[in-house]
Parts: sequence; structure tokens; C-alpha cells
Amino acid sequence: MSVIIDRRLNERNKSAGNRARFMRRYKKQIRRAVSERIGERSIRDMATGGEVEIPAGDISEPRWRHGEGGEREIVLPGNREFESGDRLKRPQGQGDGGGSGDGGEGDGDEDNFTFALSRDEFMEIFFDDLELPHLLRTEAGDITEPAYERAGYTRDGAPVNLSVVRTMQQALGRRIALSGAARRRVAELERLRASDGAEDVDAGNAVRHGVTGTLESAVVDGRVGTGDADETDGATRDEATMIELEALRSRIARVPFLDEIDLRYRHRVQVPKPVSRAVMFCLMDVSASMDEHRKDLAKRFFTLLYLFLSRKYERVEIVFIRHTDDAEEVDEGTFFHDRKTGGTVVLSALTLMHEIMQERFPKDSWNIYGAQASDGDAFGVDPERSRVFLEESLIPGLRHFAYIEVCERPERHRSTLSSAYARIDDERFAMREVNERRDIYPVFRELFTARAKRVPA
Amino acid sequence: MSRATSYLSNGQDWTFELLTDYDRAIRQIAVDEFGLDCYPNQIEVIASEQMLDAYASVGLPISYHHWSFGKAFISHEQSYRRGAQGLAYEIVINSDPCIAYLMEENSLPMQALVIAHACYGHNSFFKGNYLFRQWTDADAIVDYMVFARNYVAECEERFGIGAVEAMLDACHALQEFGVSRYHRPAPLSAADELLRQREREEGARQRHDELWRTVPAAADVDDAVAPRVFPEEPEENILYFVEKNSPSLAPWQRELVRIVRKLAQYFYPQGQTKVMNEGWATFWHYTILNRLYDKRQVDDGFMLEVLASHTNVVAQRGFDERGYGGINPYALGFAMFTDIRRICEAPTDEDREWFPTIAGSDWRETLDTAMRQYKDESFINQFLSPKLIRDFRLFAIGDDAARPFLEVDSIHNEAGYRRVRRLLSTQYDRDGLMPDIEVVRFDRDRSRSLTLRHRQHRGKPLGSEGKKVLWHLQRLWGFDVKLESVDENGEVVSVASAGSGGPST
Repeated sequence: MSVIIDRRLNERNKSAGNRARFMRRYKKQIRRAVSERIGERSIRDMATGGEVEIPAGDISEPRWRHGEGGEREIVLPGNREFESGDRLKRPQGQGDGGGSGDGGEGDGDEDNFTFALSRDEFMEIFFDDLELPHLLRTEAGDITEPAYERAGYTRDGAPVNLSVVRTMQQALGRRIALSGAARRRVAELERLRASDGAEDVDAGNAVRHGVTGTLESAVVDGRVGTGDADETDGATRDEATMIELEALRSRIARVPFLDEIDLRYRHRVQVPKPVSRAVMFCLMDVSASMDEHRKDLAKRFFTLLYLFLSRKYERVEIVFIRHTDDAEEVDEGTFFHDRKTGGTVVLSALTLMHEIMQERFPKDSWNIYGAQASDGDAFGVDPERSRVFLEESLIPGLRHFAYIEVCERPERHRSTLSSAYARIDDERFAMREVNERRDIYPVFRELFTARAKRVPA
Repeated sequence: MSRATSYLSNGQDWTFELLTDYDRAIRQIAVDEFGLDCYPNQIEVIASEQMLDAYASVGLPISYHHWSFGKAFISHEQSYRRGAQGLAYEIVINSDPCIAYLMEENSLPMQALVIAHACYGHNSFFKGNYLFRQWTDADAIVDYMVFARNYVAECEERFGIGAVEAMLDACHALQEFGVSRYHRPAPLSAADELLRQREREEGARQRHDELWRTVPAAADVDDAVAPRVFPEEPEENILYFVEKNSPSLAPWQRELVRIVRKLAQYFYPQGQTKVMNEGWATFWHYTILNRLYDKRQVDDGFMLEVLASHTNVVAQRGFDERGYGGINPYALGFAMFTDIRRICEAPTDEDREWFPTIAGSDWRETLDTAMRQYKDESFINQFLSPKLIRDFRLFAIGDDAARPFLEVDSIHNEAGYRRVRRLLSTQYDRDGLMPDIEVVRFDRDRSRSLTLRHRQHRGKPLGSEGKKVLWHLQRLWGFDVKLESVDENGEVVSVASAGSGGPST
């Protein structure tokens, strides 16, 4: 006999272990694929996980199979025009199209093996196993703005806030409270009347039995007698009942369906709430000296900052400002991939940022972050003026400003810009040097932990 | 009884009660009417994610962990999510009791079809076919897999995931060569042994001839000097040879080799009987459900859905049509079993000429014999009728790498039937699919190197991944491994060795 079992509630993720082993084994390839992905992806999409491709050749499982060559015959179905002895041209690029098995080789060897990474897996590889999560838990002092919050119900308010359900509940409760006793009494009286009527019928039956019956006639007579007595008494009682019922009914009818005291309004109170919006300014020097490698470093840094902010804030805007000798606001594609030639004037970018802030992001309703990437080459009075502008005009309105210098100078002397910036003394400002990809994360952490330590002190 | 009241159900949705009802009705037809011999059934209803999991562990309910299963899982999942691939309606496991998975998403008619197909079709095939009887232990497989899983996990804990993975990779590369194709005779009992000895003595006594004693004896060959070749006979089960003789494997590694080898052996009959197994199951779901309909236990709508799905399953596209993916084992197998029944019940003159022994015989008995005693290769060679060759319009193309063109070898006509049939049958032979590679020498006394011989099948060289596999073998063996390819005359064509370096991981 067959047994039927419901296994639907059993563990569903049996293959997770195998999948994890696959990831572990091909970590190198996956990491390479992820970093290629990072190149193509927009900063905003970085946190979504997604598909990566790794070359199928790398993950093939070799087997012994027949190779090409030699003789063989293939039997195929669906002949239409061939006769034995016909000669055909050998098809080019011969895949194993014949019936000679499942074609272990040449079967999708060229295709890449595509698979989807979850957001967490993607992030884990992106951050190279480092942990980001509680980095800025210590970040204090958010900007607040008043926000309305629900706070139960009140008896008065504007009609738009009327809560119909609550009001009806109140009305129902009041009606029960005011007319409940009366209704109970009505029900009671009606029951009485109904049973009186039933007794009358019983009595009538008994009379008829008495007439026809020969046995127990005395008892029957007795019953007929009491029955009669009840009836006369019942008539007066009935009348009283009717009057009482009438009174009760009109009392019930006087209880209004809806009364003014039933009305309930949704109550809202004002509470100060941290602003959940942030804007992040990405400033980058795109003069000729910033090559692809440096831009990649900068992009990674910006990405990290974005990911970090998007964990903290509900909504994060990004403004891209690139500059050579003058600055402009551009979209992300242009920012990272477009070339522009010209000199370097850092101040132009800072002033543009300031303008945009004034125009679109008032500092009391936005958390503003700035991140600047540059190779540090600046000339003449520009570095000094930039420092002054940054320190005096910009930073007071910011939550944080990070400057990273992407440079590959072996000798350890400071760039003009960084030596100027070095004199900024503000806890909201931090700067670091980044040479290699692997430097990015530690630098990022340093920038923020350093600050975190300072705040509580 | 009116028509409507005898229906088991109406509507699409299944419940556990209905499944039980259908199972009972199907069982009555399959077992009581048609006499199928089955293991008891264990029907498990699962969700689609669980089906994906089951795919990845090659259909076993439980398996050890390995990245390649993860890879399979990812690729199935990916193509399922994209809609490129549907999921199988069922998976059935050759075990006792026979475990069949039904997908939750199937409609009621599909569940009935699957029950008929898997729980009575495949099930009876597993129980009856000689290859399965010889090679698989239906009642032990699930327990063995539990053991294997725990053992592998324990090894991972003790020796590291990396070390275990390297071993399993190497074994997987060779798993098709971890199969013994010829059954070793069971050890004789003492009584048999005694009988055999008596017979031999009796034979010697009868052949005794005094004259032979006068023939001068040849000079003794010096046994001691001739180097002893080991193994004496070439061994085709390479993993077995490695397990027993590898000079370098630790005991736990040998046990891993054994696990992979056992699994390969377990799956070996499935590869040899794909057409028959699917054909048998398809024939029975078709026959049983039609019977259910004839008995008025199901309504028209039910039958239409069953037929629509059945038609999809047995569709065979022509070689030049879109979506052609080789010969569909369901189509060929179903057609052959149906055709055998036809030959038994209503033979034509042609059938009488081609199949004198089965034409007009009892179809149930003939089908049963065919199911029990054949594998794909022999089944096709024995039972593919000219009518089917015509129906499928089968033709053979000769492909000789030495010639610049292909030639149509034979087609579905009087002159070609036998040849097409033979060629199709060899197409299902293991030699056609798998190169012939054996262990021929183990230099035990000196270098400890291992020599394999690849006998080329009609001039076909080894595929391009050959070297990587050799590398894996060398990892298992621990000393030099050489592979010589010989042509049909036994002349060595090429020699490959794993050399230094290693497979990239």
C-alpha cells in the first residue's frame, strides 16, 4: 500500500551548503567578476546584489570523452529527402548535434556561467570579508525636524481626521449601555407572552381530550378549571405587559443612533524626528593626471560612502561635481567615464558645491556629506584659498567632509593640496591617502572611527 | 450507477484524500488488472524549491556536500527563475520503498499521471529489470547515502574541506570509470565447489590417455626471472583499482573513492536503460489512465489534460527542426512498447516475418519479458520494428573524419532496416559514448607508476579534457600515471602523462 507524505514544510534550503561550497571554491573568480561588475554599475545599484558571470571553462568538471575525429554513424529521426549513398557537406562549426549522447564537451563551454548573488553575498565580496555594519552607530547629533506622529484618538478635531470606525464603535457601545436593560426586559416580556400563548393552546387541547377521553376525567376536569382561571387573570396581565412593552420600545427608540459624544478624531502630535534624508557630494578632479586607476579608487570610495549612508538614511541623494579649472555638475556616467582636459582649480568645485547647497539642500533639513577625491595637484593660491573656503564657508554646514588623495607617488612628500588641507582643524573633516584598492576600506574605516572616538569625548 | 457518480473527482485541485483515492484506483488497475510487480510506494509532496534541491543532489533524497552539486543547483535555479526551464513533474528514486516526489504545483490530473508514471511505471521497472536487480540494492541506498553524507562531513571536519574536496573532485572526474560492467559470479557454496571438483576429476578420467605420457615434456620456463605483470588481467574499473591498490591513499581517502564508486555503480543501470525505463513508465501511465477513463472514473476534462501533457512528453522532433535535442527517450520507448503490444495483438505479415516468436503472443507476458531482460542497446536491437523505423523516419549518416563529406549510410527502406536498427542500438552502447580505458600495468616493484590503455574506438581520439582527468588520477595514485592510446590493431598511437603542474582550481 502506498504512503503519502506531505514534505512541503520540510527544510527548503538543502542546497545552501553546496552553494556555499561552490562560492568558496570559486571565490577568486567570483571576486574578479564582482569587481568587473562594480566597474559597470552605478553607485546607486551597488547595494542590490545581482548576477555575476564567471567563465564556464574555469568551473568545468573534466571527463574522459571521445574527441573529434575517427568514424562514426549517427542515427537521426525525421528524414525527408535523403537516399542512402547521398553525400552531404560537413556542417561547419560542428557542435555535437547528433544523437551521440548529451555532448559533454563543446556544450556550452563558451558560455559563461551566470548566477545571482544575494545582496549580502555581493556586499561581502565587495567589502572583502570585512564588516561594515556597526561602523557609525556612534555617529551622534542628527539634524531633527518636526514630524507629525499618530497618537491615539481625541474627542475633537477637524472633520478630515474623523475616524469612522472608532466613532461607530463608540456609538454602538453607547447604544448598548443606554438601551441594553430595556431590550433585555422587552425580550423577557415577549418570551413570557409567547409561553402564555402556548399554555393557552395546551389548555385547549386538554379540553378536547377531556371530552373524548373516558379515563382520568377528574384530572382532566381539574386542569380545565385552572386553565380557565389563568385565562381571565392572563387578560389583565397581558394588558399591563403591552403597556410596559410600549414604554420600553419608545425608550429604546429615543436612544440616538449617533450622538455628538461618539465622535472620535485621529490625534496627531508633533515630535522632533531625525531627518532621514542625506545628500552626498562627490567632488573629483578630472584633469588629465587622474587616470582610470585613480578614478576607480575614487569610485570605490564614493561607493562605500554611499552604501554607508544608505544604511543610515532612508533617502540619499548624490550630486556629482567634477572639476578641472572650472566645475560643473554632471551625471554619474559622465563623472566616471568622460574625459575632460584643463588645469586644476579646486576652489571652483567647492564654490559650486556651496551654491548647490544653498539652492537645493538647506542645511537644516538635509544631512550633507562631502567627499572629495583628487591627486592633490593644485597650483598657486588655489590650495590655500580652497582651504579657507572649505573651513569657513562649507564645513559649518556639513555633517562630514572627507578628502582622499589618490596618488602613486613613492616619495612621501605631501601634495600642495593636502599640505594646505592639513591645517584644517575640525572634527568634521578628515583626509587620507589611498594608493591601492585594498587601502580603500581601511581608510574609510579610519576616517569614520577616528571621528566616532572624538565625539563622545 | 450513473456516469457522474463514478468519477473520483471533478476539478483541478488536489487534496491528500483525492491523492489517496487516485492511488488506490491506479493501483487496482496496475497491480490487480495488469499484474505489475512493484515495491511499496512512498509518495512525497514537495514544493518547487525542494524540487530544485532534489535535482542538485542527482535525484537522491540525501547526498554528501560538494561544490559541483551547488553548481548544478545554481544553474537549474537560474534557468528556472528565468523561465527557460520547467521543472520535472516528478522525481522517483530506485529504493525500497520506492520514493516518488510530486510537485505541489501540479494539477490533480497531473498528479494522477505522475502517480501512474512514477509509482507504478518506474517502480515496477526498478524492481523487474535485470540491470537494477544485479547492480543496485534498492533497500540499502538511502541508508548508504546517510552514511556517505556523515562520513564526508566527518572527513571535512578532520582533514579540512579543501582536502576532501580535492579527493572528491578527482573521484568525480573518474566516476564513469568506477563501474564494473560484468557481474562477478557469487562465491560458490562448499557443496557447489565439491560438485565442480568431482566433475572436473571425472572429465579428466574420461579423457585420460596413456599415450600422452610418452610425449617428452618441454623445458621448464623460468618463472622466477620473467617480470610479473600486475594486474594479470586489465581492470576496467579504474576507481576500484585505485581503491584497492593505490600506494599513497590514506584509509579515509580510500573510503571516499569507494563512496563515489558505489554511487556510480548505483546510477550505472539508469544510464543503460533510459529509453526502456522512460518508455515503460510512459506506456503504463498512458495505458492505466486510459483504463481509468474507460471505467468512467475520470471525466473528459481530466483526460484531455492528461493527453495534452502526454503528447508533449512523447513529441519527437525531426533532426532539422527547431528544438531538436536528439532522440527523445520517452518518444522512442513509448513507441516501442506500444508497438510490441500491437505486434502481439494485431500482427501484420511484416511483423510475422520479423518477429515470428512474439507475433500473436500474449502482450503482457511479452512486455514483461522485454522489461526484465533487456537494456536499451539490446532492446532496440531486438524489438525495433520496420514500422517504427518508418514512423520515425530514421536514417543513418556516416561521418568519417578522413573524408571531406558526410554520407547517408542507410535509410528507412527494405535494404536499410536492419542496418539502421543495429546502428541505433550501438548508439546506446556504452562503447559509443565512453572511451574504452583500462588499467594495464602497475609497476609495483620499481617506479610504482600506473599505465592505462585507451583502446581507440574506430579511430576516435580522446577528448580535449583527457589530460585534466589524468591529472586527477595522478592525484589519487600519488605516482606517475601514463595513458597510452592504441588503435584497433593494438599499435600505440600516442602516450600521454599527467606531467607536473596541476589542474587549475
